[in-house]
Amino acid sequence: MSLWEYANPKRFIETSGRVLPWAVGLTAVCLAVGLVWGFFFTPDDYKQGSTVKIIYIHVPAAMMAINTWIMMLVTSLIWIVRRHHVSVLAAKAAAPIGLAFTLVALATGALWGQPMWGTWWAWDPRLTSFLILALFYLGYITLWSAVENPDTAADLTSILCLVGSVFALLSRYAVNLWNQGLHQEASLSLDKEENVSDVFWQPLVICIIGFVLLFVTLVLVRTQTEIRARRLQALLARERVA
Amino acid sequence: MRALLLRDLRLAIRSGGGFGLGLAFFLILAVLVPLGVGADGRILGRIAPGILWVGALLACLLSLDRMFALDQEDGSLDLLATSPIPLEGVVAVKAAAHWLVTGLPLTLLAPGLGVLLNLAPPAYGWLVLSLLIGTPTLSMVGAFGASLTVGIKRGGLLLSLLVLPLYMPTLIFGAEVVRRGAEGMALATPLALLAAISLGAAALLPFAAAAALRVNLR
Repeated sequence: MSLWEYANPKRFIETSGRVLPWAVGLTAVCLAVGLVWGFFFTPDDYKQGSTVKIIYIHVPAAMMAINTWIMMLVTSLIWIVRRHHVSVLAAKAAAPIGLAFTLVALATGALWGQPMWGTWWAWDPRLTSFLILALFYLGYITLWSAVENPDTAADLTSILCLVGSVFALLSRYAVNLWNQGLHQEASLSLDKEENVSDVFWQPLVICIIGFVLLFVTLVLVRTQTEIRARRLQALLARERVA
Repeated sequence: MRALLLRDLRLAIRSGGGFGLGLAFFLILAVLVPLGVGADGRILGRIAPGILWVGALLACLLSLDRMFALDQEDGSLDLLATSPIPLEGVVAVKAAAHWLVTGLPLTLLAPGLGVLLNLAPPAYGWLVLSLLIGTPTLSMVGAFGASLTVGIKRGGLLLSLLVLPLYMPTLIFGAEVVRRGAEGMALATPLALLAAISLGAAALLPFAAAAALRVNLR
């Protein structure tokens, strides 16, 4: 029994079908608990007032925006090395989700920035690199839709994902040199003694778990859809031949 | 490989269009910006490094889509792929030819346009040096983008969507070098990073581009 058995589309659909109801339920519970707790049962910040509560959407969305790209990088590598179709279909399925997370992080950041920084947008390194990340997602998704042959598209987008990762990382550090930051430091990190105050911290962690589960759920559903679409095309092609 | 380089150079120069087009575009951009922004010399001088770099970058982009597409249409790309030269070498030569007919002339033209845009005197040397180091990356990344989109009909617009995000680090460091040069600040860091990106791109991207070409020729 090895991990690669799940690369079999049939096994993948069976297993993910069994996992999905649990994933949906847990996502709903985590997001409901985390968001309700965060929005209604935490005090207002002494400086930021109630706007601080946007953190419960902003931070998890931003984290998942980056993690989605990393997941696409890993699955693209697996496709290039081991040619498992499920892997590259998962990357294809994840891209629009990652783009959505990126846009949510940018939009909630703008909503928060308007009252706090006095501007919707600033050319801060973090903001800029997120905008660049959104462009990378757009390019990846567009390339998928532009190439007709599915295997060619899979290969080309995987190569783009690998090269794009290097350049996205370069851009991330290039913008640091280019402009001073307005954005605060990371709200949560494992190697710091002081993080966000405990009252905000606990619901935030639940929200992050909720967003991770939401991502897993969406990827599983969308990958199943992609596999079924692929089967449908194969069936149609077979019918045309017969 | 030398024959291939000479062939590409001859094609680019004799067929017209691609060769002069990028330069003309660069010139028109440098004329349009003051018309849009206003003739205030101080403002123009401040934005000149960025405008010149963005202009060079867009001018480079114009001729990218024909880099492999023309060869694919008449079948010579298949011949090149089966020739004794490795495909990586073909890509590198093609990128070098592209640089010789776009990047190099753009670099030489840039100081003249700097005069139009009231660029600060100390920045001219840095402008030429940064373009000289940076434009080969633009051609190499462009070759990668062109090899990704070679099989797609009307892939020009998609090509720019794919390539422009990849140009960002080069643009940031290149324009930073010129800006710091204009203000007389220390610029060793962005210059070294710009050179590092160029070297890295020249060393690694031919492999990625050749892989993409092989997929497209399958």
